[in-house]
Amino acid sequence: MSYSLTVNGQVRHVDEDGQTPLLWVLRDTLKLPGTKYGCGIAQCGACTVHVDGQPMRSCSLALEAAAGSQIVTIEAVDGPQADAIRDAWVARDVPQCGFCQSGQIMSAVALLRSVPKPTDADIDIAMSGNICRCATYNRIRAAIHDAAGSAQS
Amino acid sequence: MALVIAAIVLVLAIVLRPQPLPEAQALPANHRSIETAQLRPAAAFATITDPAVRSVALFEEAGRVIQHPRCMNCHPRTDRPTQTDAMRPHMPWVTRGPDNAGAATLRCTTCHHDANFAASGVPGNPKWKLAPIEMAWQGKTLGQICRQILDPARAHMGRDQLLQHMAKDELVGWAWHPGGKRTPAPGTQAEFGALIDAWLKTGARCPA
Amino acid sequence: MIEAPAPKRRFRMTRRRMILGGTLAGGALVVGYTATHPMQVAGAILQGGGSDPEPSAFGPFIRVTPDGWTTIVNRQQELGQGIHAGMAAMIAEELDADWDRVRVIDAHSNLRAYGMQGSAGSNSIASNWDLMRTAGAAARAMFVAAAAMRWSVPRNLITVRDGVVSHPGSNRSATFAELLAEAARQTPPQQPSLKHPKDYRLIGTDRVRRKDSLPKSTGAQVYTQDVQLPDMLVAMVAHSPRFGGRLAKFDSSDARKVKGVVDVIAIETGVAVVAENTFAARQGRDALRTEWNDSAAETRSTPQLVSYYHDIAAGRTDVEPSEFHSKGEDAAAFGAGTIEFAFDFPYLAHAPMETMDCVAQVDGWDVKIISGSHLPTVDQVQAARVAATIPGRVDVQVIPAGGSFGRRGNLTADYLAECVRIAKRTNGRPVKLIWTREDEQSSGLFRPMAHHRIWVQLGPDGFPARWRHHVVAQSLLPVGPNAQAVEGIATSPYLAAARVVDGKVFSPSFPVPVAFFRSVGHSINGMVMEHAIDQLAKRAGRDPADYRRAMYRRAGAKRHLAVLDELCRKAGWGTPLAAGWARGLAVHEAFGTVVGQVAEVRMQDGRPIVRRVVAVVDCGIAVSPDQIAAQMEGAIGFGLSAALYGAMTLKDGVVQETNFDTYPVVRMNEMPAVETYILPSSNRPTGMGEPGVPPIAPAIANAVLALTGAPTRSLPMLPKGSANFGSGMSPGTTPGATTV
Repeated sequence: MSYSLTVNGQVRHVDEDGQTPLLWVLRDTLKLPGTKYGCGIAQCGACTVHVDGQPMRSCSLALEAAAGSQIVTIEAVDGPQADAIRDAWVARDVPQCGFCQSGQIMSAVALLRSVPKPTDADIDIAMSGNICRCATYNRIRAAIHDAAGSAQS
Repeated sequence: MALVIAAIVLVLAIVLRPQPLPEAQALPANHRSIETAQLRPAAAFATITDPAVRSVALFEEAGRVIQHPRCMNCHPRTDRPTQTDAMRPHMPWVTRGPDNAGAATLRCTTCHHDANFAASGVPGNPKWKLAPIEMAWQGKTLGQICRQILDPARAHMGRDQLLQHMAKDELVGWAWHPGGKRTPAPGTQAEFGALIDAWLKTGARCPA
Repeated sequence: MIEAPAPKRRFRMTRRRMILGGTLAGGALVVGYTATHPMQVAGAILQGGGSDPEPSAFGPFIRVTPDGWTTIVNRQQELGQGIHAGMAAMIAEELDADWDRVRVIDAHSNLRAYGMQGSAGSNSIASNWDLMRTAGAAARAMFVAAAAMRWSVPRNLITVRDGVVSHPGSNRSATFAELLAEAARQTPPQQPSLKHPKDYRLIGTDRVRRKDSLPKSTGAQVYTQDVQLPDMLVAMVAHSPRFGGRLAKFDSSDARKVKGVVDVIAIETGVAVVAENTFAARQGRDALRTEWNDSAAETRSTPQLVSYYHDIAAGRTDVEPSEFHSKGEDAAAFGAGTIEFAFDFPYLAHAPMETMDCVAQVDGWDVKIISGSHLPTVDQVQAARVAATIPGRVDVQVIPAGGSFGRRGNLTADYLAECVRIAKRTNGRPVKLIWTREDEQSSGLFRPMAHHRIWVQLGPDGFPARWRHHVVAQSLLPVGPNAQAVEGIATSPYLAAARVVDGKVFSPSFPVPVAFFRSVGHSINGMVMEHAIDQLAKRAGRDPADYRRAMYRRAGAKRHLAVLDELCRKAGWGTPLAAGWARGLAVHEAFGTVVGQVAEVRMQDGRPIVRRVVAVVDCGIAVSPDQIAAQMEGAIGFGLSAALYGAMTLKDGVVQETNFDTYPVVRMNEMPAVETYILPSSNRPTGMGEPGVPPIAPAIANAVLALTGAPTRSLPMLPKGSANFGSGMSPGTTPGATTV
């Protein structure tokens, strides 16, 4: 079956089984590999994308459920919060292996859009769905605070 | 070091030398059915002559559903749901938020959608959310749950709505179609509804 | 993205290459490289290998281009530990390159060009310290010589800074790019002089930063999982659910009906489903029907294995011990007053974020691999073995891995060899093998489980006089002593301070496969030694820091002593904490690096809450202080996951923890604040990837001991089935906040 979805601003038509996880549609069909497979069961958050502005785990979202939605991936997420987050990530040298960071950044950008000045408790709530086995959590936390400061203007 | 590795590789080469491999053949399908527990129908309680005793017995039978992990997991006593038949804390860490559907920055819909999703094993329902904290069931006896259900201040519903919730609500109905490897609640939602209906009609008595 | 296969070149040894560290098959002219001789032997056995590097006048590690950039070829592997930056800094320091115009690329496997390639034992900085500095200094000397000739001035009056060569006397200067052609014609000096550490402008400063943070923050970094090649197939494999099980029968009819499935192939490790995309491969694999022959398989459950280990330690089995340490005459006599400790440790999975994956293409005798390789030389040899070719025809293109922690660096190269087996059967089409998280968790190659039993007799002074130590653990290597099982014990200053030592290791062998894991045996032995010492200090009525200090003095362990003293100062050891909080201390040496940690802990509903960890490290000269701190933070988070929750268990031989829901790891809301302090040192650098792991579990256990009086006898502290398994903490109670 064919489904239409808007990915990073472009309307894409995808001819796949409606039960295919959005993750594999993005990675294999649309060749957007920035969104990662980490666990496949919505435990690790490496596959986080924005669906109609909300962070979602693309491994747990069926193509047929995503059809018609506006999807934004790490490759195209933009705006003042995204810029501030990326700048802070680089300035702090947050990544180690980096594999989880696409998902971390997508969650962090969504957090800042929703809560411009997050507290540590806000960060715990929004970011606890994203696993980092390199345990870069402290730098992630610090970078979110940095970005919250710089994205104010 | 190089010599050691070379020696190891040599040993492995001998140990792991090629062995004959089977050809594809027809095999019977491996059926993995999940056993569903049965509920005693409401009519089976007609032999109990004392209506009060019958009412309690009906609720105790319904209690096998109410206290099943499929129902209890979303009636936690804290802000964090539980998961699995073992009712362990939900992983990842989540909180109920202002509308019982997750914190603003980690909604239930981050992972849970309108339907169970086989590929990820994540369950779903259009109304996916926690019961309000006043409706917490975990850590309570069946009698306490019973009295709580009947208290409009805590249940936020009268008896008609209560019957409707138990017998018809689609999120409640998910408990009998949980997908994945999850054990369904006993019986069917219709049988459960009939038990609740009969319990209400027999005076809605509660276990001690 | 991924570079096209490079045309193969014959690698010819020249004097120039040798001096610049280029060939390791050479002789005495290889400056400062100590491993020359075994490399010669290995080179002869393996006949070189891999595609040869782009020729450069400055040797295989350094390329200077007319655009003014210096490209460093990283012979190590970037697994997250930031080694690319450390390697580049060692060269750039001596070359006096402009750090802002230094880039790093990863070396393909090539024994003759780069020597044995692999990242193990936290050894990357230490083992490249001389080679990289010498290569940088030799290249610098070539630019100096070129400038001296051009300007007709003496070399010793020429300076180099940030890629600019200057003669201050005549106020002339030229960039590397401007001098490139002339410099390339110079003969490198045989023994270029190296800088005195006091003259370092890069090493040891916060200028040494990662070069990959931007691509890793934009989704642009390509991992093996992301590789797309024309005509590429994706494979998944159904493995035996039990270790040692063999494929008996399989039915591929349903799998072949899945849209996108191209082929179903029985291979030595199971049944491979080859498809046009990942999800089709997954669905095809799930549709397979398989039967397995378990006659040689491991069918026991974890409780049986634990009691088997206890029987072994008690001498009730036919597993014979070997001695790892023995001194003193009356080693057999442990009489009245003996204090006995027992510890149990579970199997652990590495669980890197990127599951095992590999891209392979087999074309006749030639094999091309793209992989986040951890031990490229081993991968190359194993790929050659499986493909029945010679290593020289195997090109391993090494790209960054999404974590490894030892998983990708195993001597069987299990997943990579499996990928080559499949690629042999696809008529030359490239294959990307993807393991699901469940495949990975169920694959074995675990950190070995272990049982330790210790008998100690204290002397009249309250310190251990006699120490008997029995260790039970599978060996990581098929031959040789089980050295990894006892690392950090045999060399412990506590044993050096004891009069009598009787150390034995029992190495049972059965089909559960085991592998190197971040900090290897130290991941267990740090806990054993440091938690035992705190319990002994308690018996002796001594402060844990003072108790250690006395033994370090007695053993002459000066570096331990210095770390401990600084740790006590930075952590405020002995100063009061708020009610309900306690500190726990641990100091452990691993891979030449001494790390001390103090954890601040309180108990909440029966679980330890760790809010702050103060760490002090002596790792010799600090090449990249920021990445040392990053490794300390990461190691503490990694070790905390293992201490609190980590356990892989078997039920009738089948792995029970198949994903992060049953194998919880520390998340944002559980990460303590970490403060890292590096002791100044003029010693050669030692490792940093692993040594931060061992002290964290005992630091927490020692704090819990101080709070509750209860010792920790096994890890994890919060196992499956306990009330706090994977339960985390409420947000806002975590103090990871205050750091960095």
